Amino acid sequence: MRHVVFFLAFLSSLWRRGQTQHCRSAIFFVMPSPSISNNYFEFFSLERKLGVDGDVLQKRFYELSRQWHPDRFSRKSAQEQAQALEATSILNDGYRTLKDPVKRAEYLLTEEGFPIGEQRSRDVPPELLEEVFELNMALEELKSGDESARPQLEDAKRNFVDLRAGVDEELEKLFRKYDAAESQSETAKQALHEIRGALNRRRYIENLIRDVDKALHPAMAAAESIEDRL
Amino acid sequence: MGTFQIDFGDERKSTIVGIDLGTTNSLVAYMDLTSPRIVEDANGQKIVPSVVSLDSSGTLIAGEPAREMLMTHPERSIYSVKRLMGRGVADVQSELKLFPFRIAEDSEAVIKVKLGGRTFTPPEISAAVLRQLKANAEAALQAPVTEAVITVPAYFNDAQRQATKDAGRLAGLEVLRLVNEPTAASLAYGLDKRKEGVIAVYDFGGGTFDISILRLHDGIFEVLATNGDTHLGGDDIDNLLLRIALEDVQSEWGEDLSSDPEGVQRLRRAVIRAKEELSFVPSAIIELAYHGKTYQRAIDRELFERLIAPVVERTLGPCRACLEDAKLTPEQIDEVVLVGGSTRIPLVRAAVERLFKAKPHTDLNPDEVVALGAAVQAGILSGDVEDKLLLDVTPLSLGIETMGGVVSKLIHRNSTIPASATESFTTAVDGQRNVLIHVLQGEREMVRDCRSLARFELKDIQPMPAGLARIEVRFLIDANGILNVTARDTRTGQEQTVEVKPSYGLSEEQVEAMILESFEKAEEDMRERQVREARVEADNILAATEKAQRNEAWKALTAEERAAIDSAKRGLQSVYHGNDHRAINEKIEVLNKATMALAENMMNTAVRGALKGTKVD
Repeated sequence: MRHVVFFLAFLSSLWRRGQTQHCRSAIFFVMPSPSISNNYFEFFSLERKLGVDGDVLQKRFYELSRQWHPDRFSRKSAQEQAQALEATSILNDGYRTLKDPVKRAEYLLTEEGFPIGEQRSRDVPPELLEEVFELNMALEELKSGDESARPQLEDAKRNFVDLRAGVDEELEKLFRKYDAAESQSETAKQALHEIRGALNRRRYIENLIRDVDKALHPAMAAAESIEDRL
Repeated sequence: MGTFQIDFGDERKSTIVGIDLGTTNSLVAYMDLTSPRIVEDANGQKIVPSVVSLDSSGTLIAGEPAREMLMTHPERSIYSVKRLMGRGVADVQSELKLFPFRIAEDSEAVIKVKLGGRTFTPPEISAAVLRQLKANAEAALQAPVTEAVITVPAYFNDAQRQATKDAGRLAGLEVLRLVNEPTAASLAYGLDKRKEGVIAVYDFGGGTFDISILRLHDGIFEVLATNGDTHLGGDDIDNLLLRIALEDVQSEWGEDLSSDPEGVQRLRRAVIRAKEELSFVPSAIIELAYHGKTYQRAIDRELFERLIAPVVERTLGPCRACLEDAKLTPEQIDEVVLVGGSTRIPLVRAAVERLFKAKPHTDLNPDEVVALGAAVQAGILSGDVEDKLLLDVTPLSLGIETMGGVVSKLIHRNSTIPASATESFTTAVDGQRNVLIHVLQGEREMVRDCRSLARFELKDIQPMPAGLARIEVRFLIDANGILNVTARDTRTGQEQTVEVKPSYGLSEEQVEAMILESFEKAEEDMRERQVREARVEADNILAATEKAQRNEAWKALTAEERAAIDSAKRGLQSVYHGNDHRAINEKIEVLNKATMALAENMMNTAVRGALKGTKVD
């Protein structure tokens, strides 16, 4: 019975997701197997590293789903059902975050006290200033009905897609740099700092690609609006 | 027989049924040992038409009898009510041109439909269908049924799901899980026999279209993406044919049948019959005999296919979008499963085959496969099916309204559910006590282009300077695809009160009131019946007594005995017209006792008469 009380206290602590937790060790007393944590890396029993083996992650996801999915608890007490719902939502949110390298990096940055503010992505990375200026001109021309801007925009899109691939490569290198460094060391912090810069640059490029797509295929953008069919 | 069952107490093992609550037809199924089985009614029928009528005694009836009433009393009947579930009056304007829904004038966020002189909400009407399915299942299982899994189109939004759940409660069913129809179908197909693979489920039913792409892995059915159209189905094909037939009748008979509900219903049935035939033969005839006139028109498959091509084409857009969301090409789809009656149409099959470059599975009856899958899911919930698990997704993104009418997305579409997001809110004015959060569903950027889901009001916030309060709100989409919201004041750690105002659909209080009303109504009905039965019995005993008083045996009684009988008779007559069945039964008992000696005498006279060979009256 005391275990249940402990567990409930723990559950309510799950609220403070994204903040440092100190209840980690306590969980082992409450739930001998397996540990449930609101930290995604811990929940999946993965090392706190930026390189994640996709196959291992998926395998854990399936195993943990079998264990925690609410379908497995429908004849259990309301308390157990609430636990299952809570655990599964962390599991699913965590899987979504960890399987995507960009989301995974953003998550780890936040966890390590490097929050990535939304507004930072609006600053034009200096090396892109010229290209962005030209792009905006071309976008305006197409919007005003000048179809001759289309090939230029298509070129620009290819260019930005290449740039994004470049950032992704850079990120991979930085991930390895972080993973090799000792946790909390200066090298690790430096790597996180660089990762944050790369992520912001990536998001900026991503938005540009989206803008170009919207200008090039207004019909497709409209088709995306599924509400029209609702 | 003869097996030991160790029961550890409180877990009652009643059967959980699986229900396919369809636009046109509904079915109920259950797990029979290891395989799902569809329930048949007393006449051996599996399909319960999703038609509801208000009968002459004021009771909602559903199924085949209601379908008959749809012909004879269209003004007291309704079909395809699923199209109205969870929707507002403004949403259904286009439907009203094609469907004979009689919307009550006072409908607002919840549509009310007129049947006879009364009004009902769509969940109340769906509940009548569910009650029929429940009764059929109880008759087949010889046990009460109180828990169910109900299927919904994968593309149903929160309000439509909630309305379905409400219907279940109104029918006296605890809805343990809402399952998406295409996902349920994949469970029925036993596709997990192949260990790994990617399958697409193309579900084209009477009123809705869904496409889901799943990855199978060792009994786990993981939905990768889903898409669809909640207003695209076989009904749309019927309407195309109906329009042509109505024009024909207009020119041949010189009569506009469209304003005659009964005529339209008969013609609709005729075009549906022709449509169904065309799936198997190259040509069919639309035939109507009505009010002494006849109409006939041959339609061949070529014309039919030309007519319906745009409808079929409309299903392919969502399929392509779904592939894109799943990040897959058509070549990567290993198998395709067809669900829903409309997939019997050869043109539909051809279109699917062309798009996915795979021959679709058609071995299971497309009408039954969803109900069978729902039963498998019921088995998963009861613990009888252990090797399978379904991981489904939310079909629509969830967001909140921010400055300037822009939607900020919190949970993206195709996220595996349960899924959650946490967001912090604060106050804008000093001393502000309440914060209003507007939650929307949809993919567009602006509030006006998304579907309003509900407004959540955070109440009783501690008064403090603007911007200081910090309320953390957690949005959680549960395994049914329904949103739950909780809030917490991060400064105090206190749970924060949240008041929900759904934009469409019934509030919790309204559902409670309806359930209560149905109980009261049931009690009232019960009381009335008991009074009626008591009066019938009183009539019988009074008539018998009066007859006996004319008999020889009456004279053989003492004066006291005769007086007692007369008094008992008057006693019964005095309570006869009252509404208390107990009082009536009591007086019947008194009269019964008083006439005991009389009855004995009569019996003796009768026996003597029989021995003498004379006829005794």
